[in-house]
Amino acid sequence: MNCRSEALEVSVEGRQVDEAMLALLHTILLHRSTGKFHYKKEGTYSIGTVGTQDIDCDFIDFSFVRVSSDELDRAIRKAVGEFKDAMGNGMDGMGQISLEFYQKKKSRWPFSDECIPWEVWSIKVNVVNLANEQERQICREKVGEKLGEKVINIVEVINRHEYLPKMPTQSEVDNVFDTSLKDVQPYLYKITFQITDTLGSSVSTTMRRLIKDTLAL
Amino acid sequence: MMDSDLSPQDKKDLDKFIKFFALKTVQVIVQARLGEKVCTRSLSSPTGSDWFNLAIKDIPEVTHEAKKALSGQLPGIGRSMCVEISLKTSEGDSMELETWCLEMNEKCDKDIKVSYTVYNRLSLLLKSLLAITRVTPAYKLSRKQGHDYVILYRFVFLYTDKCYHYFDRQFERTAPIMGIIIDHFVERPFGNMGHMRPCNYRAPGEDEGAYNGVEDSQEVCTTSFSTSPPSQMGIPGKEGGVPQQVPVQPCHGAQAEHGRVSSCPPADHVPATPSSSGEGAETLSRSIEVKGVSPCDVLETTFTRKVGAFVNKPGTQVTTASLDLPFAAFAPRAYDLEENDPMVQPPESPATSSPLQGSLHSQGSGESGGPAQDDFVMVDFKPAFSKDDLLPMDLGTFYREFQNPPQLASLTIDVSSQSMAEDLDSLPEKLAVYEKNIDEFDAFVDTLQ
Repeated sequence: MNCRSEALEVSVEGRQVDEAMLALLHTILLHRSTGKFHYKKEGTYSIGTVGTQDIDCDFIDFSFVRVSSDELDRAIRKAVGEFKDAMGNGMDGMGQISLEFYQKKKSRWPFSDECIPWEVWSIKVNVVNLANEQERQICREKVGEKLGEKVINIVEVINRHEYLPKMPTQSEVDNVFDTSLKDVQPYLYKITFQITDTLGSSVSTTMRRLIKDTLAL
Repeated sequence: MMDSDLSPQDKKDLDKFIKFFALKTVQVIVQARLGEKVCTRSLSSPTGSDWFNLAIKDIPEVTHEAKKALSGQLPGIGRSMCVEISLKTSEGDSMELETWCLEMNEKCDKDIKVSYTVYNRLSLLLKSLLAITRVTPAYKLSRKQGHDYVILYRFVFLYTDKCYHYFDRQFERTAPIMGIIIDHFVERPFGNMGHMRPCNYRAPGEDEGAYNGVEDSQEVCTTSFSTSPPSQMGIPGKEGGVPQQVPVQPCHGAQAEHGRVSSCPPADHVPATPSSSGEGAETLSRSIEVKGVSPCDVLETTFTRKVGAFVNKPGTQVTTASLDLPFAAFAPRAYDLEENDPMVQPPESPATSSPLQGSLHSQGSGESGGPAQDDFVMVDFKPAFSKDDLLPMDLGTFYREFQNPPQLASLTIDVSSQSMAEDLDSLPEKLAVYEKNIDEFDAFVDTLQ
């Protein structure tokens, strides 16, 4: 089975990175989360209810819907926060944050469980610096429109109804879903990112330079 | 899925799913245009009442009108359930913003199961609708609705039957985003005319007692709304629910299908077009009243002065004679009617309006008069630093004459009530005149250079 891969790209101002990433990641996770499974006898199960919440962005003329789950929101915010810190504050730069949905495949000892991705969303982010308030105002509106287009792209892809993992039995539910949350159950996912600054160098090069500079002091 | 390939149970399930999907779809769309943020809780334990495992509240009026529009039919191939969203200004102008159409296409996936895959896909589609309804431009407009304009909705059940062209609207063909296709549709002019009624239609003498469960203050026009959503009440029903997963077993849950609400009294709203309801329980009726008045009435209202504290209220006539006050004759006159209040009804001209001036004219200047028969006091006006001379225009006379200047023409009620439409209508004539005299203007400009 081939992993389905989708790429999105946005250009934002530094202070808009958080909200733009949250908007897109939450939109994807809204579609990739179900209610909690409650297994009963005879192999039947019932599903809990997923609530939704409207969120208004402060730095972008945009609103989005996310799953009503504080735990899930905290997890996403943490990942986005790390991504933004890695991008640096107020610097021009490029980065990519990836949301990967995977299934676990049990392996025999001594091998660890295998994580097989079945859908990967890659969001490329270009961070720009703006000179004045007028440009920032225009950017607010433009980024809002762009995010709207990205949401429509996401919805189009998801509603093609391509591969989805089969509904698991009770013993295998942890191989497909993240059952650690109390109120909702997203498919197993992980968020990774990589940063490229304006010079095109990678994070490792930047870190090496930082450490050298620190030691030189 | 092809109907012919379905077992009777599957067909029954599918029809039920489509029906409740249509009802939930209209709820999502309408709630996204109410102007407020929507927030529902996730529940780890299933209640059995939340269709498609999504917490979507049911506004009873919306459900009621949607069922009326459906009239027992279901969206299908050639049959669309449409929700029209429009904007109406406080001046009465309206504009359609968007139309959401729900219908089935002819694609068929024979390998999927109705009660499992179809159900989950419908759930996914509802989530997509939740996301998309926040992205269209109408969402931002709906969040800002208020005094200047309101957002209205209307349900229409349409047949894409090319034989009937009573009303033909061509929409731009877009690729289906989520199975919601905007397509060429027509209204059926006869047969099943009940579908074609605008949702604010209420037959005279319609039974209002069929519904209960909602407080009387919810004077909502059935399908119209303004700033705040009406209070939501629904009575759990007995039908519907969440089908359990493998193996499939129907289960029961509560639904708003049996929810009953007290119908609102026939509103004083604008007929024939979707009207707007008020802003919430108490302000609802106020808004309806406001929208029933003419612009002039509204303007007149704005000129009414609020009665300040410690001011005798209108209608109460207090004469100084009735007050046991020392020097009562020198007390200011109480305004018993707002008509006499110069703050509300500005005097027409300085020559005759001021009682003070009138009395000066009648009694002559320079004379200090005692209290007149009416309870006002005449005091000879001697401005500081003026001289008692015989000049025709001394400071005092100047002050008296121009104490009550006429209202500026631009501030009169008549001018301000002139609508923008009239201004725009007169623009072509004015432009024609200017164009005719363009040579003069050019010559004038040349002289300046």
